[in-house]
Amino acid sequence: MSENKTILNIRDLDISFKTNAGTVHAIRGVNLDLQKGETVAIVGESGSGKSVTMKAAMGLLDANATVNRGEILYTYTDEKGQETTVDLLKLPKKQLRQHYNGQRIAMVFQDPMTSLDPTMTIGKQIMEGMFLHKNMSKEAAKARALELLQLVGITDAEKRFKNYPHQLSGGMRQRVVIAIALSADPDILICDEPTTALDVTIQARILELIMDIQEKMKLSVIYITHDLGVVAKVADYVNVMYAGKIVEVGNVNEIFFEPKHPYTWGLLSAMPDLETEDDRLYSIPGSPPNLLHEPKGDAFAARNQFALAIDEKAEPPLFQVSPTHWAATWLLHPDAPKVEIPPELQARLERARKEAEKYL
Amino acid sequence: MSQTNENLQEPLLEVSNLIQHFRVSRSFTVKAVNGVSFNIYPGETYGLVGESGSGKTTIGRSVIRLYHPTSGSVRFQGREIAGKLDGETREVLRKDMQMIFQDPMASLNPRKKVEDIIGEGLMIHGLAKDRKERQQLVGDMLKKVGLSPEHAARYPHQFSGGQRQRVGIARALIMNPKLIIADECISALDVSIQAQVVNLMKDIQEETHCAYLFIAHDLSMVKYISDRIGVLHLGYMVEAGTKEEIFSNPVHPYTKSLLSAIPHPNPEVERHRTAVAYDYASSGIDYAAGTEHSVGGSHVVLGTDEEIRTWTA
Repeated sequence: MSENKTILNIRDLDISFKTNAGTVHAIRGVNLDLQKGETVAIVGESGSGKSVTMKAAMGLLDANATVNRGEILYTYTDEKGQETTVDLLKLPKKQLRQHYNGQRIAMVFQDPMTSLDPTMTIGKQIMEGMFLHKNMSKEAAKARALELLQLVGITDAEKRFKNYPHQLSGGMRQRVVIAIALSADPDILICDEPTTALDVTIQARILELIMDIQEKMKLSVIYITHDLGVVAKVADYVNVMYAGKIVEVGNVNEIFFEPKHPYTWGLLSAMPDLETEDDRLYSIPGSPPNLLHEPKGDAFAARNQFALAIDEKAEPPLFQVSPTHWAATWLLHPDAPKVEIPPELQARLERARKEAEKYL
Repeated sequence: MSQTNENLQEPLLEVSNLIQHFRVSRSFTVKAVNGVSFNIYPGETYGLVGESGSGKTTIGRSVIRLYHPTSGSVRFQGREIAGKLDGETREVLRKDMQMIFQDPMASLNPRKKVEDIIGEGLMIHGLAKDRKERQQLVGDMLKKVGLSPEHAARYPHQFSGGQRQRVGIARALIMNPKLIIADECISALDVSIQAQVVNLMKDIQEETHCAYLFIAHDLSMVKYISDRIGVLHLGYMVEAGTKEEIFSNPVHPYTKSLLSAIPHPNPEVERHRTAVAYDYASSGIDYAAGTEHSVGGSHVVLGTDEEIRTWTA
């Protein structure tokens, strides 16, 4: 699927927020690659910094945010057919808004209730981007908008075109938001928890829709989510984020069948699958660290039952497990004691691998 | 647990033929719930699942009398609570039935301290003699839900999402209720926090033997926590039974579609799975024409004789 052409390259991103209580160091050196046509998921708890990372790429950071270090390199083919690379963090806001946001990098937000304008018909909202970015005539824009509505699976597009957001159901509204995001033919689609506010049945349909469109339009998609079920369905690569850092990255099979970081183990165990019969669900003890205070050593150590003495002192680097799989835990150091995955999770991974074999 | 209880015990809550309509204007009435019946026995967990707009939250709110049911009967501990409430019934209802809401931020008064939020019911019902006793009871309850008594002096905004939901649970539990209605109480929380809250709810049930009406759309969580499950669609209970009956042998096409949509945390399975679509309008099924059919055990399905025959064939 991917052509091995990196189109978004985040290097050593470091962001902090000034608040009344002090400086919150929310992003602490994030690296991320997105290849053309592929899907990358960023997983983590709330407050882990997954949304902030992508907001930085869109230039949507709050006024109290400071980018301390790092770059977000975006590579694209410009109007003259030349390959260009820009650092999105260095661009002036105005240029970013006029030439990149919406046009080349589009975003779908979590809540379809709040991301649509209640005073405008959905048709007008879809055409808005085309007028601004593509200088289309009214007729051409309308034709394109109807086409998009059909693409996202809205059947009576002609009638819906004149509807206001409140006349549509939640799933329909999210489809409209996706249509708006696609209106200017972007290269990259960023989906921030696109289905969290929706029911399972509609969630499945929306995800299948995005995958379908991705295939048709050769989009690269970034999912921000905490739902591992969604990740399993859509992602090629997974980045697990914790306390402003990426602690494990790998392709989707490596993360789900051979996770190496204790935090990933915790996330996988906490989600009951349909076969879970245990009396108690596993839950990761404690809560995420407060990033007002710079964590010493490994930020996850306090919640980690497998923590080693060194975790208190030094932050683990990313250890390579396979050509595509990296994890930041001292457990992978050659001198570390051998630690077994908790037996319940081991049994579950075993079960998952068996299930998967049926399809291989 | 529930199977043995059924023969021995009177149901705690009997809902029969509950109808809840909302009249919007002279020509338009929202028919949110259309004749739903189910029982809840002491100490069990009953799960209500369905998509948004299926009426699951409405049922919860009608049962606890936040709405006035249009018709049908709701019996709680043998008392009819669907009609006009007399003083004594109201007292029993407000004490023995409690609710945990979906959004822990919106359901806690931001201007009150946790102690006042949790202790309000104690004062109203005269369960605490004075401030000191109330403080003691609130402190104990906070410990039970995994917070510390010092938290009593804080305001809701000083807590994280998971902690706030614990405050909501403490508020419900302090009255020692027999039935707790948990309306999507974990949907707004992170995966790892969800597990903490669900474990807490299970522990408390073991200790106090209270019953839960667990309303949710996350089927894997519902399967995990519930003893029996009712599947709702468009205000009708289309299928009900024990969780084994529902999950191993779904009969109604809507239930099948719902089960097929559950995401599996397994990339290989997910890549090859497509959800079964179900569209009521084009399916040719008329819920209003259907009647409840037993398909073995306590497993019931809504449909006409002919529909049931084709679904079970």
